[in-house]
Amino acid sequence: MKISPRLAEIVIAHARKEFPNECCGLIAGRGGVATRVVPTTNTEGTPFMYVMDPREQADLMEEIEDSGDDLLAIYHSHTRSAAYPSTTDVDLAFFAAPLYVIVSLQDENKPVIRAFHLERSAAEGEQITEEPVEII
Amino acid sequence: MSTVKIPPVLRQAAGGERTVEAKGANVGEVLTALCEAHPAIGKQILTSDGELHKFVNVYVNDEDARLMQWTDTPVGDDDTLLILPAMAGGQ
Repeated sequence: MKISPRLAEIVIAHARKEFPNECCGLIAGRGGVATRVVPTTNTEGTPFMYVMDPREQADLMEEIEDSGDDLLAIYHSHTRSAAYPSTTDVDLAFFAAPLYVIVSLQDENKPVIRAFHLERSAAEGEQITEEPVEII
Repeated sequence: MSTVKIPPVLRQAAGGERTVEAKGANVGEVLTALCEAHPAIGKQILTSDGELHKFVNVYVNDEDARLMQWTDTPVGDDDTLLILPAMAGGQ
């Protein structure tokens, strides 16, 4: 996926704002290029888990679809671990089409953004496929 | 028959339809009918035991079914259900 430095900074700023809790949100786009970042509420409000507010989720999914954009990615932060999907991330990955973007603040001075396709029903070892993130 | 709104994530499993009709007197019966008509949906929202996954939400006319009578919540012809798998995870 391609994302501008300005939009990537919105994702990082959201992660920093919610630290030490995990943040979450959606990235809309067209043709694999991010067009906007929409921060959402993590109803769990903990450093260990995110659950997007389901009403915000439902409204935004409909709004993105009606706008003609694609739901390019679902993002969340890892505040103490690398930008790589956890077992929980994979187990709860109901969405095969959008990417799962993870922003890691493990090194708070060097945030890392990575993106993955997650397939929870795939065979072990085939559930996680990384997609390059181009910040341009 | 109740109307079931299908979110984009499940739409391919529902033959591309944005809404489908499903018969049943309560939420559980409607979901059973839906999964029988579209087995691919069942694969995504049911556990291996056939139970609705705890991270799948169901709304009846915009009200959270879990805050009503969950799968026993009665529904009729004028009711609209929304199935909404959660966006969730954790480190």
